Order: sequence, then C-alpha cells, then structure tokens
Amino acid sequence: MKFTERVANDYRHHIASRDEIMAMKQKHKTLATYAYKPTKIDRGYNNRSLYISVGGDFDTANQDPLQNKIVGERNVVIGEKAVTETMKEKFVGGKGFDLYHLWKAVKDDTKWNAPENNVVISPGPLCGITQYPGTGKSLVCSISPVTNLPFDSNVGGYFGPFFKFAGFDALELQGIADEEVIIYIDGNAHTVTVETAPEVAIDSHILCEQLHEMFAENDADKENISVIASGRAAEHSYLGCLNFSFWDKRRNCARIKQAGRGGIGTVFRHKNIKAVVVRFRGLNGDLNNPAKKGLINAAGVRLHTEMATLDTKQNNMRKIGTANIIEVMDRYDLLPTHNYRYGAHPETPKIASKVFIEKYVTQNVPDGCWFGCSMSCAKAADNFELRTGAYKGSKVCVDGPEYENAGGLGSNVGCFDPHWILEANFYCDTYGIDTISHGTMTAFAQECYQRGLINLDDTEGLDMRWGNGFALNELMHQMVAGDGFGVIVGKGVRQQKRIFAERFGKPTPEFESMLSGRSWKSIEEPTIDKPIPTAHFNKNLADCAYLKSEGYDDEKVLGEIKGTMLENGGANNDSAFIATPARWEKIAGIPTISRTEITTWPAGKPYYSDDPDCAYTNGRPWIKMTQEQVAEMEDFGMENKGLEYSEYLMKESLAQQGGYALCNKGPQHDEAWLIFMDMVNNQIPTFEDKAEALHYFPMFRTWFGLLGLCKLPWNDVTPVNNKHEKEPAKIPEHVQNYFDIYEGVTGFKHNEASMVEQSERVYTFQRIFILRMGSGQRKHDMPPGRSLGPITESEYLSREERYDKLMKDAIGIDPAGKSTEEKVKITMDYRWDQFRQLVDAVYKRRGWTPNGIPKLEKLIEIGMDLPELVAVVRPYLKDEGYWPSDSQYAKYE
Amino acid sequence: MKKLKTYPEKCTGCGACEEMCALAWNDDAEKEKSAIRIHEDGKGGHKIAVCDQCGVCRAMCSMMSLETDDIGVVRLDQKSCTGCLICVAECLRGYMFYHDELPTPFKCVACGICVNQCPSGALEIVGGGQ
Repeated sequence: MKFTERVANDYRHHIASRDEIMAMKQKHKTLATYAYKPTKIDRGYNNRSLYISVGGDFDTANQDPLQNKIVGERNVVIGEKAVTETMKEKFVGGKGFDLYHLWKAVKDDTKWNAPENNVVISPGPLCGITQYPGTGKSLVCSISPVTNLPFDSNVGGYFGPFFKFAGFDALELQGIADEEVIIYIDGNAHTVTVETAPEVAIDSHILCEQLHEMFAENDADKENISVIASGRAAEHSYLGCLNFSFWDKRRNCARIKQAGRGGIGTVFRHKNIKAVVVRFRGLNGDLNNPAKKGLINAAGVRLHTEMATLDTKQNNMRKIGTANIIEVMDRYDLLPTHNYRYGAHPETPKIASKVFIEKYVTQNVPDGCWFGCSMSCAKAADNFELRTGAYKGSKVCVDGPEYENAGGLGSNVGCFDPHWILEANFYCDTYGIDTISHGTMTAFAQECYQRGLINLDDTEGLDMRWGNGFALNELMHQMVAGDGFGVIVGKGVRQQKRIFAERFGKPTPEFESMLSGRSWKSIEEPTIDKPIPTAHFNKNLADCAYLKSEGYDDEKVLGEIKGTMLENGGANNDSAFIATPARWEKIAGIPTISRTEITTWPAGKPYYSDDPDCAYTNGRPWIKMTQEQVAEMEDFGMENKGLEYSEYLMKESLAQQGGYALCNKGPQHDEAWLIFMDMVNNQIPTFEDKAEALHYFPMFRTWFGLLGLCKLPWNDVTPVNNKHEKEPAKIPEHVQNYFDIYEGVTGFKHNEASMVEQSERVYTFQRIFILRMGSGQRKHDMPPGRSLGPITESEYLSREERYDKLMKDAIGIDPAGKSTEEKVKITMDYRWDQFRQLVDAVYKRRGWTPNGIPKLEKLIEIGMDLPELVAVVRPYLKDEGYWPSDSQYAKYE
Repeated sequence: MKKLKTYPEKCTGCGACEEMCALAWNDDAEKEKSAIRIHEDGKGGHKIAVCDQCGVCRAMCSMMSLETDDIGVVRLDQKSCTGCLICVAECLRGYMFYHDELPTPFKCVACGICVNQCPSGALEIVGGGQ
C-alpha cells in the first residue's frame, strides 16, 4: 500500500476544488509581466539578481542600477541587477547578498514598516546541489519589526533552489502594494508576473495547497512549485514568519518550512504580498554547473553512509528530527522551563520524543526539506485533529515538532501536553507566527501574571498560569482577530514590557478613588480553577460546544464578564461594553494625555492616552507601573536587542550567555551553541578559550548562511573517529566535507583560515549595519539578568547545592549563615562581573573596541575598509579614542 | 522475483560481465560504469557484487524514483531521479553504484546481458518466469 493511501489529511474542504481555484485565478489582474533571458549557472552563480517593487514611492538612489527595468501598473517595478565579482568576493551569497542589498535599500532611520524596507531572499552558491544533505537553504533578510535592525533567518523548502535554477542569485521585494498581490516566477517560461490576488487564502496551509494547484500544469507538476507565504496572525503581530513550501510526493500534500525568527513575515504581509510562487521543472544534480562534481559526489556518499549506519545509534534524526533532544536537555538541566526559571521539570516525560514518535509523527518516510537530505529531520504529524480555532475539527499535517517547539510551546510555558504543543505548532505555522518567539513572549506574559504584575482584567479574562495550552492557542486566535490580549503579547517581549509598564500598573491609594472600587482591577490573584475562555470576546472564534465539553458553564462565565462590564459603566447591550475615554473622564475625572506625556506621568495614577493602541484595552484607563516593577520585568523579560531568546537554558554556561547576547541579530542560537563544550565537557575553561569559541563558531555558522547550507548535517551525526580528533567540537571531517563541496561547486579550495575570513567580512558588515541602525554597541549586548543566573530565591533554591558550591569555590565567600536573598545578590553580582569580562575578551578576539565597535585596522585586515562602513565606525572610534593616528590611515579621514 | 543469481565459486575474475554491462547500459566499457562488480576475496577467489532486488533502497527516495516492477525488479526512473545518491548509501551491501560522469546512480535490473558473457557459468537469471 502506498503511503498516500494511508494518510488522509482531511483539511481539503478548506482549500476549494481545482475548478474553484481556477476561478480564483481568473480574478487575478496582471500588474506587470517581465520576460528575462535564460542563463546557464556558472559554478553556483547566475551572476544576476531579481528586483521587484510591488508599489509605492521611495528613494532608490543608493541602490545598484536596475537593468532591463519595466514599470507596470500601480507603479510595480521589475528589473535585474548584476552580481559583480566584488560582491562575490566580499559577500559570497546568501545572507551576504541579502545584507548587501538591504544596506543599499534602507536609510539610517528606516523602520520595518517603511516602503523602502526590503525583504531579500538569496539561496547562496552551494544551494541546490542534490548530493549533499542540507543544501536547499534560502536566507532571508529584512529590517525586523521587533529589533528595527537588519535580521537574517534561514529556511528549507524548495524555493531557494528552484528560484536559483529559474535564473537568479537573489530576490529583492521592496515597496508596498496597494492591494493584495502575488508574484509568480516561471523558471521554464522565464517570466515574472505581479498580479492581484483577491480571493486566495492567507493562512499558509491553505494558501500553499491552492497555489501549488493553481500554477501546476497537472498533478505531476505540483512538485515543481514552491510558495513563500505567511499567515493572518502575522498582520497583527510583530513576529510573523515566512513559510516556504515543498511538495511532499509521498504524502501528496504541500509541506512548509519556516523562516521563523525576527518577524519577516510581518514585513511581507505589510507589503500586501500574499505569496511568491516559483515554478521550475527539470531538476537534476548538475544544475549548478559545478567545477568538480566528483568532490561533491564523494562527500555526499560519505555523509549519506554515516546517516544510514550511525543515526540510530546517535541522534535519531530520521525518526524524530531535532525533537530527539527534549529529554536530553531536561537531563542536563537545559530545558527552558517556566520562562527560563528552571532547566528541567518532572512532567517532561509527557512530552519526550518517544511520545511524539509513538503517538503523533508519521514514520518511515523520507522527510528531507530538500533533495539529498539523508538526515531527513523535517518530521510531520499527519491526521492531527485540531481542537480550537478557525480550522477546528480539521485533520491536518503538522510540520513538527521541532525541539524548539517542544521547548517554547511546551516546557517554557509550562505546557506538558503534546496535543496542545502540536496544536500551537500548527497554528503558529499556518497563521504565520514564529514558534520560538511565541513561546518566549507567552512565557513572559505568564510570569508577569503569576507575579501579580498583571491580572485577569489586564489579560481580558485569559488565565495565563503555566501550562494553559488553551491560552497558548487562544492568544494566536486573538492575533488573527486583531483583538484582545493576544495582540499585545504578539508584539513581543520588548513591547510587552513597555505596554505593561504604561497600562497595567495598580492605582496607589491616593488615586484609587478615581476608579471608585470598580471591579475590573479587583482580581489581584487568579482564583478560578479553570481558565476563563475568552472566546466571548472574539465571537467569530467562539467555540461553545468545545468549552462545554471541557466543563465550562458557558452562560455563567459570560454573565460574570457582562456583570463586570456593567459595573464599569457599560450598558446592557454588546455595543456599549466599551467604556469610552469621554465616559471615564466624566465618571471618574480620569484625563486623556498625549503619548509624549506618558514618560513623565506618575505611576499609579489612572490616565487615558490618545495612543491608537488604546483600542486594544477596550476603553479601560491606563495606569503606569512603578520603577521597581519595571526593573523587575527587565530582569526576567527574555529578550535582547528586541528579539526573544531561543529555547535553551543558558544560565549555567557563560559562553552561551555570550553566544546569545553578542549575536548580531538578537539571541538566536544559530551563531553559537556552546553549552555542552562549556558546561558539560569543560573544553573552554578560560575567558580566552571562550572568546576563541565565540569567534570561530559564529564565523563557521555564518558561513552556512553565506552558502545556502543547513547546519544540522554538520554535527547532528558525527563520524565514528571524531572523538579522536584534536578539536572534536569542530567535527573536522565534516568541515572538510564542506570545503570539498565548496571546491566542487566553485573550484576554489578553502581552508579554515580562508573560510573564517570569508565569514568575518559579512559578520563584521552586519555588526556595522546594526550600528548604523542604532544598535551594535556594548550597551545593546547586555542581557536580562535571568539569562545570567538565579534572579529569584526560588531559582536559587532549585540549584542551591550548585550555587553554594560556586560561591565557596569560585567567588570565595562562605555561603553558611547567609539568607537566600543575600546569596542571590552575591551570585548575580559575580555573574555580571564574569559576563563583562567575557564581553571584553570576545570583543578583543573579534578585533572590536571595548564598546563593541569594529576597529579600522580590522576592516583593513579583512578587506572591508569600504568608505560607507568606515563612515559609520569613524565617529564611534574617535569618541572612544581608537581611531589610529598613523599617517598610513590618513586616507580614511 | 526476477534476479541475477551468482555463483562466486565459479567466477574466474575475467571481468567480461562488468565490461558488457557498462557497454550495454552506459555505452562505455569502463567497469566503473557497470552494475555488476567483481572483487577478489583475498583468499584466491572472487566476490560478485550485484543487486538482489531486496528493495531496501526504495524507502529513502523522496521522488519515489525507485519502484519494484511486476516481476520483482527494482527499477530507477532516471527521469525523476535528482541524482542525490542517498540510495547509494542506503544499500549497505554496496550494490547501488554511481559514476561522476553519469547523472543518476545505477543498479542491476536483471537484464541478463552479462550471463552469456560469463565463460564459467557464474551468473544466472532466475525467477520472473524466465
């Protein structure tokens, strides 16, 4: 029996029939059609990129010249740009090309929602070979809504390779369309069209199926299509992700992989782009026109053989993918639990990889997200029946669970129910939300709630206690609706901190009378046994039957909420539930102030703001938190540079604390994952060792992003003899494989030094880019206290033995007789001091000043002394006294 | 199931089968392009490496290019194959081959062309009604 017969994902009734989809296509209006000349790829490069502006007016003077430019209707512009030898030498491809174009597209003060913000997608020169695992990656860059800095994210799926074989090394998407559009690139007909798309869906699992159907000539042609899409929640959140599709021939359905982090899906939807579709028929293993195919083949077969023979003894990647480490992380006290308070939980066995393998994930299917991936970690849970939301009752194919999802949507929010984790995983993907940020930003809101910083009124009835899987999903449904507490959570941890601080303080006794004892602020502690369903607030999402089956007395809860509203001055009908500012001013003397006045407004005194965001608080006045409360949130709000931390507990590994906080884009572990080296194997004991690791690994991992490679085949299987290598953590045999395939494609022979230098150029460029956009100094690399150690007594007590020993051995203070509060302070003071010393050592190793600014000498050394880069660092270097005075540097003045 | 049955004890190591297979299927007598390979066994005799149509290689092919036909022969559809070479490693016995000059891997499809070339009767087609 064929696999496709066993799997019946019955969500197809949402998708519409082929006839209906073709009728939708009839309603598309073509705004521009662009014909381009086919080229033959030369050693991994097409030597040109594709530029599309979907509309709008903005300055393009700083960009490379556009060739063969056409201007369509509604100011849609399409053209090509040359990829020069200098670009290849200095920026390589992938993330390098993305950042190159993004730099030229934006101004120093460009924010994420400006029309000139660019979504750039580039596959990299090695992308698309089929013989080596993990070679189908696309790199995506844009100015991020959460950091307002250049952000890079990588993703599998077939888009990158197909787009490259269609004829381009990078795709720029600029401008803002005035109505919903899709972009279609036909790699066989050599045409690009921008067309309106009024009727196709937005949510990815539906939209991808529709577009595979719409643009394929027949069923067999669906495998030649790949779609980039996002989802409806990306429109009301800052953490929108992009989904890249591939046609799963065995499952006979479209699967999606995510460029998850940093909110690029939000930018994509803000541009009114529903999808980018590419079609390419005629795939084979030689399309990169490689210089030495034999090197690629041999390296590929070596790694395929390791996977075939070692995977079951090592990481079980084929069976369960990255989720294999859930229980490993728990065992080593590294599984982020309850907003990174702890590293393990007694209930972890409920979400161990075995549970997903046995109950959910479909087995015995090749699950690679690009051809040739013998690692095949892209697991899927088929026939998964949804309990909530817009697709409730549907049986769907969930892409996952990845480890990060089990950590972020599971342990970190205290949810140890595999169903809710998968349900959240599914909705995050199809609604277009980053699963990692969703976990971390929800965990933050939960901790605020459980500490009493916010209450049930602030969350509009959503019980944010640990483990509420219903709430986890409801937040996303609210993001789709654009209404409710979920919209605030969806802005990320940094914005939550600001919003909570501005709105959710408690009135001081002096001002309490202004609220006249109104009950909306009276619920200080959660007292209910079950979460109050918020479906009442989002009627289109209400699901009373389900709630009743879960034991909710629907009418009673509704009655309570109505009663609360009535006490607040609302009338007895739905439309009057919202108390307006004018009403508040009349009944309680609460004034309306402007946004700029908020900073100086006293804590504890109710006010109303003309800030448009006020709409989200349903007419309630705002109250500012106290400075102490704000500082408290800073300490456990797990973000840096505006991005939420990813899902590893870094508290006991100094090197990883640096790996996160010094990451150019914000705390994502794709620059460095050093926890085992540092904490478990003790391979990098000194500051210098750690600094060396925090130089080499970020450079090595940056290299993957330049070439279009996946990191996993590097170290998620290891050669038998690896432990005997001089530097086993580097996995030298696999690094050599990469040098081989690089030489195989481009003809250039690499070694470690040349590889590191290639990365250093782009890495340093990115550092200067974030400096240009207002970050990138030492102060921006400072992490929240929670990431460095125990900031609460309960955290200290959970590892009392370890921390006491540390105090005695490393700090030289006898913990005996000290209160836990004192011990927390001593430990945290020590940890901060250690972290600062680490930062000094890393900056030094990277050739940066103590303020984190790349030195001019470094730029010259790596060949990045480009005038526009020197112009950015010059004032900082001069301020800090690091501008070289020798006459040889005079030309840089 | 149709397959090529081997009698290594009869093999003289002349290599005629390799040459014929390579020539017939890949238009080149280079034995590295043959789907049957003769190795010395180190004890003065020979080992014959050739597919026995077990089908293990099929499972990891995401294009479903490897399928067993009606008479039990595992065939590679060259048109859909992307040349990823995963199947080469999946066959732990080493009966799936590749060559840098050829776009796709290859294996014995029990055509029998080598059988008549063998001077010592070390090869025989069995099953499949033939």
